[in-house]
Amino acid sequence: MYRYDQYDQAMVDARVEEFRDQARRRLEGKLTEDQFKPLRLMNGLYLQLHAYMLRVAIPYGTLDARQMEILADIADKYDRGYGHFTTRQNIQYNWIKLEDCADALADLATVEMHAIQTSGNCIRNISSDHFAGAAADEVVDPRPYAELMRQWSSFHPEFTYLPRKFKIAVIASEKDRAAMRLHDIGVRIVARDGEVGAQFYAGGGMGRTPMIAPLIRDFVPIDQFITYAEACLRVYNRYGRRDNKYKARIKILVHELGAAEYIRQVEEEFAHLLSVGVEPPREELARITAYFAPPAFVDGPKTVDRSDPDFALWVDRNTHRHKHDAYVSAVISLKPAGGIPGDATSEQMRVVARLAREYSFDELRVMHTQNLLLPHVRIADLHAVWTALDEAGLGAPNMDTIEDIIACPGLDYCSLANARSIPLAQRISERFAETGRTEVVGELKLKISGCINACGHHHAGHIGILGVDKKGTENYQISLGGSEAEDVSLAKITGPGFDEDGVIAAVEKVTDIYLATRADGERFLDTYRRIGMEPFKEALYG
Amino acid sequence: MADNLGTSPDEVQFRFRDDEPVDHAAVTVDSCCDQTNATAVRIEPGDDARVLLPFLDRLALVEVNFPSFGDGRGYSAARILREAGYAGELRAVGAVLIDQLSHMRRCGFDSFAPDKRLDEEDAARAFATWENVYQRAADARRTIADKRHEA
Repeated sequence: MYRYDQYDQAMVDARVEEFRDQARRRLEGKLTEDQFKPLRLMNGLYLQLHAYMLRVAIPYGTLDARQMEILADIADKYDRGYGHFTTRQNIQYNWIKLEDCADALADLATVEMHAIQTSGNCIRNISSDHFAGAAADEVVDPRPYAELMRQWSSFHPEFTYLPRKFKIAVIASEKDRAAMRLHDIGVRIVARDGEVGAQFYAGGGMGRTPMIAPLIRDFVPIDQFITYAEACLRVYNRYGRRDNKYKARIKILVHELGAAEYIRQVEEEFAHLLSVGVEPPREELARITAYFAPPAFVDGPKTVDRSDPDFALWVDRNTHRHKHDAYVSAVISLKPAGGIPGDATSEQMRVVARLAREYSFDELRVMHTQNLLLPHVRIADLHAVWTALDEAGLGAPNMDTIEDIIACPGLDYCSLANARSIPLAQRISERFAETGRTEVVGELKLKISGCINACGHHHAGHIGILGVDKKGTENYQISLGGSEAEDVSLAKITGPGFDEDGVIAAVEKVTDIYLATRADGERFLDTYRRIGMEPFKEALYG
Repeated sequence: MADNLGTSPDEVQFRFRDDEPVDHAAVTVDSCCDQTNATAVRIEPGDDARVLLPFLDRLALVEVNFPSFGDGRGYSAARILREAGYAGELRAVGAVLIDQLSHMRRCGFDSFAPDKRLDEEDAARAFATWENVYQRAADARRTIADKRHEA
């Protein structure tokens, strides 16, 4: 994986000192809270309901054991012994004190980590396919391209005060495991006639106005990759709406202009920027790519001993095909039935770090589904890995099942929320685990947001739940048919909402309809697409 | 009204040029396009900097106004002018704060007239914060990638 050289390290160190100085000026009254806010946000520091929250960047979701151990130490030193992994492959600490923040950032800098641009109206941490470098179906490892973008977007002088936040995802396979088309810019690295290039999508997003990003360029030659991204951003910086925060994302610009006109403006700016020359030297991509050379895989057994049914179930559910046939990628579920989606204790983080060191070439991933991943595990080692995970409470065999819920922090933490998400996720996963329905239902992606901002990706859920405030009580609306994958679609609302007990019953009714009508091999989403909304509506409201 | 726009040289707190500053007021972008003799112009966030490109030869001062520090359109305006070869003074005026100085400098601003005077020491530190930079911009600094790969 990527390693900082003296320049990268100096940039991060400079940022820590800059933040210390900003905090000092704030305390001395030289900065008003209004002036300080965007500065602290660009260092990942939010003010939530009860305390400050620090969001730490994990570029393209890749980290090593040493970094995970520092994340565990920070949880113990400055927080309450746990952290929360997020849908953008980052980690959040919910109980940070302002006066500790610079020290926490300094600790992070010792292991090439930071909280730069994890918030604020700037280009955020770049996300990617969590199976990058391991997936059998990728054209190339997308992470070098994401790293090139990380460097380009870090402290970009022109794009620090954009109309609104800006999220970029980079993938390199037909399958989309990063919700690529629901990002402000989605990039797919492709090969055409042996030449590598980038396919660009722009103007996707969730939030209160969900949109699927249209294709804006089918092929950007890789030695013009950064220049094209710069053109996309410049058009947005100049013409994105600034009169209304809720209409300021690039999706609104692309929608209001129309994709064709946005493309025209980008192409014009692109031609201009090509003449200016903003692309990094070609050798830089080669230098970065060398860090992502595949580890030294060795041949070994390709099957496991399935005599232990619990282990066999975990292997079936939580492992993913690897490009080397003696290996798999192993998903570490942060979704124990009844647990808080995405939370891990410092002890669990240390277990995971040890397993990465011992069994996965010192590599870990954070998945946008709020789970962790050991990308390269020998099939021969799977039983040992599973045993250790299970002992640490990390062995839930539920990847992509209804227990694998994405949920935002909701009203338990967030000052924007209208309703709680976490307790609902806990009750649903508990209920389905108890009744044994999880396994019967199979793949079903359930996503819960505690407000219209959609941090819990409810628009992209096979079943989505949106918490709203109805005359002072929490009310939950159900939507069906969303997908964040290559078959991307936005979920449609079923009708009036339910109270907390009601929505759990409603989810069960919806799965009843699926189980009663599914054809062979159909996932919930497939059945919904085949039979449409009516039968579900009938069951819920008829 | 249009003739009274802009900042006077007295209001400029930081200037990275040796030539004499323009001593008369700036006009709006619209007026600049109509008047063949204007040498100073003021860009507001909603103005398209590119309409000035035919007149760059006669301009000695372009002010870019930041009515609010969170509106970043002026950064693009500045780079566009520099990319087009504008070599006169490029002045950031309005809500210019300490933590914007280094970014503005990179986008091509070479003078600063903040509407509230900034602490000199804090500003000096801010201008010097970034010893190295990742991106190419209007300041022609060699980037980190350039340094990594220089022969």
